[in-house]
Amino acid sequence: MTVSDPIDSAVGGAGVPSGKLGDVQAVADLDRRLVLATQGGLALVARPYALLAEQLGTSEALVRERLAVMLADGRIRRIGAVPNHYAIGYPANGMSVWDIDDECIDAVGERVGGLPFVTHCYRRPRHLPDWPYNLFAMVHAATREAALERVGEIAAAIERDFPGVCRSRDVLFSAGILKKTGLRIGA
Amino acid sequence: MPEARERPSGSKAAGRQGIAARRAPDDVDRRLINALQGDFPLVERPFAQVADAVGLSEEALIARLQSLLDDRVLTRFGPMFQIERMGGAFCLAAMAVPEVRWGEVVEAVNAFTEVAHNYRREHALNMWFVLATETPGGIADCAARMEAATGLPVHLFPKEREYFVEMKLEA
Repeated sequence: MTVSDPIDSAVGGAGVPSGKLGDVQAVADLDRRLVLATQGGLALVARPYALLAEQLGTSEALVRERLAVMLADGRIRRIGAVPNHYAIGYPANGMSVWDIDDECIDAVGERVGGLPFVTHCYRRPRHLPDWPYNLFAMVHAATREAALERVGEIAAAIERDFPGVCRSRDVLFSAGILKKTGLRIGA
Repeated sequence: MPEARERPSGSKAAGRQGIAARRAPDDVDRRLINALQGDFPLVERPFAQVADAVGLSEEALIARLQSLLDDRVLTRFGPMFQIERMGGAFCLAAMAVPEVRWGEVVEAVNAFTEVAHNYRREHALNMWFVLATETPGGIADCAARMEAATGLPVHLFPKEREYFVEMKLEA
C-alpha cells in the first residue's frame, strides 16, 4: 500500500475540484465523509472499499489511499474487530487505579504500561478528597482472582522499582457493558 | 448501510448486566476474531485475503462475521478512529448514579451520541464512560448538558498522559 502525497493523488480524482486550496479542502472533506461513512462499521461485502467509493462518489483507489493515510498518521488506530470482552473469555475487566507520588508518576506509568497484561495505561487528574488516584491501568482476565493477581503483580513491580511511591490503590471491576458503539461525529 | 448493524443501546442496556453476547464463540470464531484484530487489509477484496489465512471461504467468513456482530460477540467491525488526531477530544468521565435511578440515567447518558462506550463499575462512582467530541471544548459542553439532563455531577478524568494503549485480547 503506497501512501503518497494526498494533494497529488487527489488531483483529477472523481468529484475533487482542481486548484491547490480546493484540493486541500476536498481531501479534508473526503476524509471527513469517510469517517462518517465508516464510524458505524465497515460494510460486510466482498468489496467494502468499492462500496464506500460508490457511496462517496469517488474512486476505490482513493478510498483505500485515504484510509492508508489516516492509518499512517494515526487518525485511524487500526481497522478490525472490537470484541465484547465478556464473550471472548475475559469477563473480569478491572480498572486498577493508583495514587502515585507526582515526583515519579511518569516513570511509574511507563513501567506499568510496559507490563504485558496491561491493555491501557494513563495518567489522569485526581479529584480530591474522594479520588486520590492519578494512574489508571486496565487489566482483563478470565476470572476476578486472575485479574487481582495481575493487579498484585503491578503493585509488586512498582514497589520493587519505586519503593514507597504508591500511597493507595483500588480496582473497579466492570459489572456490565452499557454502551459500546465507538465514537460518532455529527454529519 | 453500516447503521443498520448498530447494536441497540437503549432499554437492553438499562439492566444491571448491560449488553450481553447471545452465544459463546466456537473455535472457528475465535480464530477469525484473532485474525481480525490485526490490520485489516486495504485491498480490493480484503475479506477474501483474511479468509485464505483462516481457512474459510470469503462468503463463509462474511456470514460468520455478520453473525458475530448480530450475536454481540463483536461490538463493532471497522476503522477505530483516534478523534484527537482529527482535532477533537476523548475524555473518561464518571458519575455516581443512585440505584433507584439507574435505568433512567443509563438511558439519558447513552442517548448522548458523544458517549462512545459506557460501563457499569463496582464503586461509589458506578458509571464510567468515554466522551468523544469533535472539538476539545466539546467535552465540557457535553458534560454540562449531561448534568442538566440527569441532575447528577459528571466527573471528568481527561488523559494527561498516555503510557500504553493496545487493546488486543486473544479470543
